[in-house]
Amino acid sequence: MASSRSRVGLFVTCLADMFRPEVAFASVKLLEMAGFDVEVPERQTCCGQPAFNSGDRHDSAAIARQTIEAFDGFEYVVGPSGSCIGMLHHYPELFAEGDPWHQRALDLKSRAFEITSFLAQHLDTDKLSSSFSGKVTYHDSCSGLRELGIKRQPRELLSKIPGVQICEMEESETCCGFGGTFCVKYPDISNRMVGNKSENIRATGADTLLAGDLGCLLNMAGKLKREGVNVQARHVVEILADMANTPAIGEAAIGEAEKRS
Amino acid sequence: MQIKSPEFKQNARIALEDVNLQRALGNLKAGFPQKRAAAVARLPEFDQLRDEARDLKNHILEHLDLYLEEFEKNVVANGGTVHWCRTAEDARKTILEICQDQDAKTVTKGKSMVTEEIDLNDYLEKNGVTPVETDLGEYILQLREDHPSHIIAPAIHLNIEDVADAFHEHHKRPKSNDPAHLMREAREMLRKHFVAADVGITGANFLVAETGSTIICTNEGNGDLTQTLPKTHIVVSSIEKVVPTLEDMTLFLRLLARSATGQEFTVYNTLSSGPRRPGDQDGPENFHVVLVDNGRSDMVGSEFQEMLRCIRCSACMNHCPVYGAVGGHSYGWVYPGPMGSVLTPQMVGIENAGLLPNASTFCGKCEEVCPVRIPLPKLMRHWRDKEYEKHLSPTSVRSGLSVWSFFATRPKLYRLFASVGNRFLRLKAGKKGRTSKLPLASAWTDHRDMPAPSGKTFMQQWKEQNR
Repeated sequence: MASSRSRVGLFVTCLADMFRPEVAFASVKLLEMAGFDVEVPERQTCCGQPAFNSGDRHDSAAIARQTIEAFDGFEYVVGPSGSCIGMLHHYPELFAEGDPWHQRALDLKSRAFEITSFLAQHLDTDKLSSSFSGKVTYHDSCSGLRELGIKRQPRELLSKIPGVQICEMEESETCCGFGGTFCVKYPDISNRMVGNKSENIRATGADTLLAGDLGCLLNMAGKLKREGVNVQARHVVEILADMANTPAIGEAAIGEAEKRS
Repeated sequence: MQIKSPEFKQNARIALEDVNLQRALGNLKAGFPQKRAAAVARLPEFDQLRDEARDLKNHILEHLDLYLEEFEKNVVANGGTVHWCRTAEDARKTILEICQDQDAKTVTKGKSMVTEEIDLNDYLEKNGVTPVETDLGEYILQLREDHPSHIIAPAIHLNIEDVADAFHEHHKRPKSNDPAHLMREAREMLRKHFVAADVGITGANFLVAETGSTIICTNEGNGDLTQTLPKTHIVVSSIEKVVPTLEDMTLFLRLLARSATGQEFTVYNTLSSGPRRPGDQDGPENFHVVLVDNGRSDMVGSEFQEMLRCIRCSACMNHCPVYGAVGGHSYGWVYPGPMGSVLTPQMVGIENAGLLPNASTFCGKCEEVCPVRIPLPKLMRHWRDKEYEKHLSPTSVRSGLSVWSFFATRPKLYRLFASVGNRFLRLKAGKKGRTSKLPLASAWTDHRDMPAPSGKTFMQQWKEQNR
């Protein structure tokens, strides 16, 4: 039985690894629900985007080769981030056309998918079952939206969860100001952008902010917390996998919150 | 124009705190993007036109020499003159010489970003020729000794009170905050200049090779008076504006107005095809076209060639969240926003303008709205590559990146590094789930909390589960 199942290599992403392991666990759960065998290649680290977007093509190419090798042989490579999977799609640009790595990069690109778009295509959504209940608003992360065309997929999946009520925010497609190293290179501008985002989130009256990228989520959650706004930030897969019972991003452990209130 | 791009960060900080500027920028945000969206929605074939325009521009750029020579041939056949200017300096001198030949004391000017690029006004003034800007926005800026902060709405950084103050000071009339009144006043002042001018200088939105014509697209009609009344008309244009035929031009006109202001069509689309012919009722006696290269032919064949597709609609800056936050002057030179962040380093050097292509989150909105599909984020990234290659990136960025890359290319060490960092962040946050201060991360924590990791790294936990 198992041998007939397709193998998916999970691209964990460095932010999920470091800050939000639940996102990777939720991804594994959903991919298994969709009938895949999920493996986590040990040789993966980061997609290399910080180097790529800083003009360091040498290190970007080294990381790209490592990632290409790590995911050799998987039918699909799936990750919980439009930004990181978008970066995998940039890999062919790092190698000249005659270079064998160029072909291998193109091959990886053809197998690499962001999780919500992959699930929208491969998961029988009747299998989705989540006890989550709440008013959510969804931020469209830029790379996913504009490089990979992710807009309706997370919303379609969420619409299968009976407790979810989606309240769209104004300017949901406007950048939150994270931008990788942008947020620390241009902190004042980034702050203005995330401040605008926070206002738009607040105006919806939603109790939960969802998105498909942890970079944006850490940025927005950090701002909401700093402003004392009572909105919980989560990656969308946490809701889809019925794993929203842990503290939200930047929230105290549940026991702690009760103690304080 | 003095290059203030190296001070981008300071400029931006000041701009963010400037209450009046922020009020003015609020008008931009509410205006152009909505109008463009509505215009696009009314034209189902808009995206198809964008593809055609991209392909046509690519074709033109592959045969730029051919079309420019055809354009010149036809301008000459119409009785005009074409001047080829490699540098800004060449262009300034050429224009001044034409003015001096005419003993010109005053020249009226239609709106032209290329004349900003070559810093024409200051040069003319220093040499005894008085330029008078006739586009309302440019006129206001000239009174204020200010410069455009936007390529089609040059005075977008001002509020009505600023205009009222400038008019009151210079026109010595009673002050009014009524836009209609201010416009009448400007019109009255400009009328005498239109009539008195010896030379009229305009830009060009497109140059048409097959007819030797130039066209300006304006909404005020000032350009028509500028180019029709004086004895001499000088068109100043950059070389990439040439299109093969009139038919081709109309494709771009359909895209330009919609992308820029959300109009179906610009109000005045005025073609100039040489000097007045026998029997013509009006028009200049002399017709000159000054073609400005200023670094553009170096872009042909380079990784920046696609930038030459730009038709100067301003959609990229109208939709840019960075431009929307800091305004055009922060960019510190002539062209602001995403298109400026690609062009400016080409024209003033990456060593002076490196902060501009870095001032983008690569959100991709600019590329999404560009009528000729210029991959602006990719081109900005190319500048970052150049900056990195030339060791111009800040040392902190370079050393940070090399430490990070060292770990990122060694998975086992990376695991260790990640687990130590993860543990540190969790300890620092204690039981709060986030921290409000972090060493070396004040750029983040000055404005927002840093969420703490919710547990050990995923890789640690995955291993512990023996999977």
